[in-house]
Amino acid sequence: MPLPFEKPIDDLEARIRDMRAYADEQDVDLSGEIAALEQRLASLTRETFAKLDRWQRVQVARAAGRPTALDYLARVVEDFSELHGDRALGDDPALVGGLARLGDHGLVVLAQQKGRDTKENIHRNFGMAHPSGYRKALRLFDLADKFGLPVLSLIDTPGAYPGITAEEQGQAWVIAASIQRMSRLRVPAVSVVIGEGGSGGALALAVANRVLILEHAIYSVISPESCAAIRWRDAAEAPRAAEALKLTADDLLEQGVVDSVIPEPVGGAHKDPDGAVEAVRVAVSEAFAALRDHSSESLMAQRHERFRRMGRVLEAA
Amino acid sequence: MALERWFRRKRPTRGDDDASPTGLWLKCPGCHAQIYRKDLIGNLYVCPECGFHERMPVEARVAMLADEGSFERWSGAVMPSDALGFVDTEPYTERLQAAQSKTDRPDAILTGAATLEGEPVALAVMDFGFLGGSMGSVVGEEIARAAERAADEDRAFVSVAASGGARMQEGALSLMQMAKTTVALEALARRRLPYVSVLTDPTTGGVTASFATLGDLVVAEPGALICFAGPRVIQQTIKQDLPEGFQRAEFLLRKGMLDDVIARPALKSRLAGYVRVLRAGLASCAGSAVVRDAALAAPSLDHDDGAPASDGEEALQRATAV
Repeated sequence: MPLPFEKPIDDLEARIRDMRAYADEQDVDLSGEIAALEQRLASLTRETFAKLDRWQRVQVARAAGRPTALDYLARVVEDFSELHGDRALGDDPALVGGLARLGDHGLVVLAQQKGRDTKENIHRNFGMAHPSGYRKALRLFDLADKFGLPVLSLIDTPGAYPGITAEEQGQAWVIAASIQRMSRLRVPAVSVVIGEGGSGGALALAVANRVLILEHAIYSVISPESCAAIRWRDAAEAPRAAEALKLTADDLLEQGVVDSVIPEPVGGAHKDPDGAVEAVRVAVSEAFAALRDHSSESLMAQRHERFRRMGRVLEAA
Repeated sequence: MALERWFRRKRPTRGDDDASPTGLWLKCPGCHAQIYRKDLIGNLYVCPECGFHERMPVEARVAMLADEGSFERWSGAVMPSDALGFVDTEPYTERLQAAQSKTDRPDAILTGAATLEGEPVALAVMDFGFLGGSMGSVVGEEIARAAERAADEDRAFVSVAASGGARMQEGALSLMQMAKTTVALEALARRRLPYVSVLTDPTTGGVTASFATLGDLVVAEPGALICFAGPRVIQQTIKQDLPEGFQRAEFLLRKGMLDDVIARPALKSRLAGYVRVLRAGLASCAGSAVVRDAALAAPSLDHDDGAPASDGEEALQRATAV
């Protein structure tokens, strides 16, 4: 399913496919025409994605077919082996953790996993973790610290799950604890927002030395729909809320919330998942390489300072 | 139906932004008794009939907690800014101005030094009457500064939360206040100064999910709504009725999320008692090098040269240069 603004691109792709099929069937040479159309397709895609508004970016960030955390883990790191469970309540499939390698180095990985289809989405609770998920993160932070393993987290969640048991089991408490525990890591931590960075549920795993974001990913205090429902009393005003919230990668870079933006292939990560995965692999490797030689103390100090200076205030005269 | 709703909306409810009741007589939201306003105020905004805890104005809260004449205000040196140029049905700047003139405060928080039954503390009290007590950059900064200054001045830290959560008009910058307040609490942890968090009605969202639940002790007032996601959001998500008393202080106490639920008249002496006991432990061990060196789990963020980091990047560079 193309996104609404992808319709002209989709139509053009269909025309090229048809023309190819026709050329094959009739055994005629249409290579000149096809090449011209492909050129048009490339420039149309480039132009469309160069001027996406914020609501369209939100749609790209959530697009079906966009690589999920496990798609990245398959190639950004080596030998990913999942570690299950929080040792108290259960195992939360929305928040995946495990061990992996990055070159010669070991790594602890935490990732928010959305489903790639309806069935997996139900299994993964659409990437919305319960307290058990954050408790799993807490124990894996401990593991990382104990064995001096850097931490990579991939962020992609609409938010922490809002439900009865989630509240009973202290959703707010575990998110706060996760923020605190991650801020105290004695090892390098890199976070990549790969899709949706949904509020506190995302921040809980993003208190890193370096926070990277994919070009069409978003990171926000509230979803545009919920913001619209509260501020305009109408969820249909989500496009206006998206504009107001300034939640795109460029906005966040300007606000100092993220450190750098990873460019996506033209047409978005969902158009070229391999290209997106490779871009993340390179960016993650570079980020860890830059942090590798730092002492625990300087890593903690840098992380502390990074978050301590967040926000904009005016000093009163 | 529509007409009925019109009338219902006009009646002041507990959900209103304004924490300070006006008018001579008030109807208790708990028992519906008519209460003389002065009686309610004189009773720390607790219904004399049924014990219902009304929201309490910030100044009254400080007067109730601080020893007489001991409070010295710290907050007020930073003002909010409209970093995003946020406009919904009204510009954020206008909402800020309206809230500032209503409360006579730059933002939704008051902090300062005080003594509680002689115990030196720093107090941070959130103002639900200021844009729903939402946490933007200023609230986050004031909490952070208060925690750090408390550590510098060898004071315990007591926060009184009342908040609708992060201030969405400041976008992701408000979200980051959750991390900012959290890292600022390290200053207290490093010096092993107690932090006691009091959750009052309502404490929700990003405030519950950050500094407010990171106290060494976390207590709440009776009946306070305390949650991550609000009841309406949950109801919309699960499309079921919520259990009786769900997300109220007593419910969370039963679920093991709170150290205690404390009625307002007892709050001051209980807080002072906590601080006294927690500080007595270290004081009695002061001579013991073993205990001192054992340090706590909280990492030291001090640099090798002992100077605090002025800038994280600089800290990184300095570390590589060594």
